[in-house]
Amino acid sequence: MLELKNYRTQVHNDWCPGCGDFGIVNAIQMTLLEMQLEPHRIAVFSGIGCSGKTPHFINAYGFHTLHGRVLPIATGAKLANPSLTVIAVGGDGDGLGIGAGHFVNTGRRNLDFTYVLHDNGVYGLTKGQASPTLPKGLKTKSMPAPSIQEGVNPIAMAVASGYTFVARSYALDVRHLKMTLRAAIEHRGSAFVDVLQTCPTYNDINTKEWYAGDDLPTKAPRLYKLEETGYDGRVSDATIRDVVNAKKGDALLKSFEWGEKIPIGVFFKMEVATFEDQLATRMPALAEKPFVEQDIYNRDIALLLDELA
Amino acid sequence: MIGGPQGSGINSVAENFAKACIRGGLHVFANIEYHSNIKGEHSYYRLRVDSRELRSHVDWVDLLVALDKETLFGDLTKAHPTHSGHRHEVSPGGGIIYDAGLKLSPDSFGRDDITLFPIPYMDLLIDALKEFGKERELSKYQVMVNTIALGASLGLVNYDFGLASEAIREGFTGRKAALGELNISAAQHGYDYAEKIFGHSAFPIRLQRQALGGKRMMIRGVQAVAIGKVKAGCGFQTYYPITPATDESEYLESHQGNYNMIVVQAEDEISAINMATGAAHAGLRSSTSTSGPGFSLMAEGLGWSGITEAPGPVIILWQRSGPATGMPTRTEQGDLRFALHAAHGEFPRMIIAPGDVVECFYDTFDAFNYAERYQVPVIVLADKFLASTYKDIPFLNTDGMKVDRGDLLQELDITKNPDYKRYQLTELGISPRTRPGQKGGIFWTTGDEHDEYGHITEAAGLRVRMMTKRMKKIELAGQVIPDSKKATLHGPRTAPITIVGWGSTKGAILDGMEELSANGVEANFLQIRYVSPFPTELVQKVLYESRRKIAIENNYSAQMAGLIREMTGIAVDNKIVKFDGRPFSQNEIYEGVRDIVKNGMSEVMLSHA
Ligand SMILES: Cc1ncc(C[n+]2csc(CCOP(=O)(O)OP(=O)(O)O)c2C)c(N)n1
Ligand code: SF4
Ligand SMILES: [Mg+2]
Repeated sequence: MLELKNYRTQVHNDWCPGCGDFGIVNAIQMTLLEMQLEPHRIAVFSGIGCSGKTPHFINAYGFHTLHGRVLPIATGAKLANPSLTVIAVGGDGDGLGIGAGHFVNTGRRNLDFTYVLHDNGVYGLTKGQASPTLPKGLKTKSMPAPSIQEGVNPIAMAVASGYTFVARSYALDVRHLKMTLRAAIEHRGSAFVDVLQTCPTYNDINTKEWYAGDDLPTKAPRLYKLEETGYDGRVSDATIRDVVNAKKGDALLKSFEWGEKIPIGVFFKMEVATFEDQLATRMPALAEKPFVEQDIYNRDIALLLDELA
Repeated sequence: MIGGPQGSGINSVAENFAKACIRGGLHVFANIEYHSNIKGEHSYYRLRVDSRELRSHVDWVDLLVALDKETLFGDLTKAHPTHSGHRHEVSPGGGIIYDAGLKLSPDSFGRDDITLFPIPYMDLLIDALKEFGKERELSKYQVMVNTIALGASLGLVNYDFGLASEAIREGFTGRKAALGELNISAAQHGYDYAEKIFGHSAFPIRLQRQALGGKRMMIRGVQAVAIGKVKAGCGFQTYYPITPATDESEYLESHQGNYNMIVVQAEDEISAINMATGAAHAGLRSSTSTSGPGFSLMAEGLGWSGITEAPGPVIILWQRSGPATGMPTRTEQGDLRFALHAAHGEFPRMIIAPGDVVECFYDTFDAFNYAERYQVPVIVLADKFLASTYKDIPFLNTDGMKVDRGDLLQELDITKNPDYKRYQLTELGISPRTRPGQKGGIFWTTGDEHDEYGHITEAAGLRVRMMTKRMKKIELAGQVIPDSKKATLHGPRTAPITIVGWGSTKGAILDGMEELSANGVEANFLQIRYVSPFPTELVQKVLYESRRKIAIENNYSAQMAGLIREMTGIAVDNKIVKFDGRPFSQNEIYEGVRDIVKNGMSEVMLSHA
């Protein structure tokens, strides 16, 4: 029986006190524990930013990559060894700013992995500039002026790009986050989880109190759970185009709900062939064992030479 | 030479001609020049055939096959003319095959020292189609005039038609077999017409079969590199489409079913290099292939591979003329310095520059061994000229080629050491590596400076030790790899002239040297094959003893000459450069060296302009 300590490292954590990132790393560790995944079968990848430090705190193979490049590096490793449980994490600037092209194109591939976005509305590590998810017109603490660029909608982008599991959760609701992460990891295909993350140091708008609705006349929490409203994002039959499109439409519509009410939970889910499945139809050996475990170092090239004779 | 608009099928003509030649025991050196365009612009294929092995092309043409008028007269009537055609390049006594349908007056060629062979392309094609009852589909088969021209050229030199028809037939297998027969018939019509109308003695050059000198094959640079990757056990290739690199990846993808190699078309080159590095860290031999614009995007990823000591990737840099988009389909050796310095900060990297298609194969194979042995990115520096060089070689010999995976631990070894450190500080600088999935082998890796476990550090002492550890690896590689691999002195040891070059100029230099020698100028040639680790002592020794040192490079500033000066303190005496996007020919090497030695020029710039 694996224990929580098996998923933790002793590395000094230098996140600001109260940072939402603590909630995310805890939830990841607890999910892995719940699933009893062996640490050496897991690889965690991150980009650059405060969130980028995450792998150092998790006892699993850890890759702290480049700003915006977490998805290509995770993709390469996963394809080399599809038997690994691959979790990629990164900031909203990392994934939707500098890495936006990779975000879209990774969705198109439907690799079997999970991508967790630390969505805090700011560039934490570079001291609080607007991130691509910050809505237009807002000015967080350290910004010199309000943003005059529109904010992007990560959920809508994910659905449009082809992620086959698209969900949102909240860094400070570890129970919900755990449940969502587990569903994401168990999903066969590209799973995207937009985690609303508080940054008490720089984001003085989307604070813990704001999410709790303290500023609203009703004092009702802003976040509500999709599954409690009867919303079901699961595609019943992925072979019927209209069924798929209808579900994508529902998810897109829901994803634009923002303000006094913000949905969390699973927006969209569909099971289709993964990138690895498709490669395996071309190369059946891939279905047997990852190439890293096969002897491909003794190839006979006679066939290729004969072709050119 | 065969020329025509892009899309007219000059490739298949040239390649079938070439195949027919090597099967008759002859030797071929061919290369193509084309525009960054899909249909219409002028392109030409140069095919040099001889009874001895060839390593370069020449600038004159014995038999010109024109599929269109532009091949003859250029595009001088256009608003922005770019060339004046190839009729001037035909050597005295040579000939031109062209379409009789163009109704050109012999005077318009302005040459009375060559023979004209007008061939009614269309009429012959219609005759051929009739035999198959397809004359009413003429427009569909119109491109087949190229095959008429192929047949006519074979007829003029009186070569064995059976060998050509065999080559054509192989290009059309399965459902396309009938089309193959149609093409053979078209070629036969061209062949018979040329023989019948012009007779056996109209063209002075004959091509005759000779005894086969062992099993030979026709190979292109891109294929040689790709096959090197297959042989090396590469399991992962990424690319983003770019001339002239794409052909290599497409070749691999079309053969992946037989060899279990994942080929991914990435969304850009940033993704391409980073995916490849991810795969390398995961334990699979990996590679990416690109040209200058893509390599520019790869810079940051290259640095990440360097600082994380990834066992790869192997990066093939097919140089083309730059900067920016430059001339996308033209050659250049402009990226030597860039390959050496791309990415910020300092980290070890290896760079190998193969000189010909055979070296492309062996150097690519070695690159994978180095990537894993030294845990560094390895760049193979080739170029468009090598990519499209199409030449006959003996069957590649794979005896003694051994995959060396470096210090890759097995699970059994790992368990012996409960405190595994991926970046353990070792005497030689190399830390034994594990791969994700192995029990007990957990590691962290980061593009930040790190400690032995791979966790971030900014401690000054650790930084110094880690930096030194990494840089030591390139020193080690320099000591372990024999100089004989890193550079070669071709020709007489004590010649009065030493030509210094690297990469794809090798063939033209070697052939040019023979021409020089036949004209009383003795030279040897120092070919530098490893840019990093650099064979400093060897280069120093050779150049120290040399009386006159001439650098020959396919770039503007003679970048290797600069590097030699940096590494050895020795300055070359003269430079021959060419940066018009075209490769050196044998005769240009001869002329360039002659201009320096006999005409006292100190620097020569060659151009086709
Ligand atoms: C190519 C490049 N440009 C800029 C930076 C500087 N930089 C480091 S982190 C960061 C932004 C981090 O924001 P985000 O991705 O949202 O992560 P967070 O810190 O909020 O978790 C930037 C711009 C960099 N590391 N690399
Ligand atoms: S700056 Fe914000 S995101 Fe970064 S550690 Fe501090 S609170 Fe967390
Ligand atoms: Mg952020």
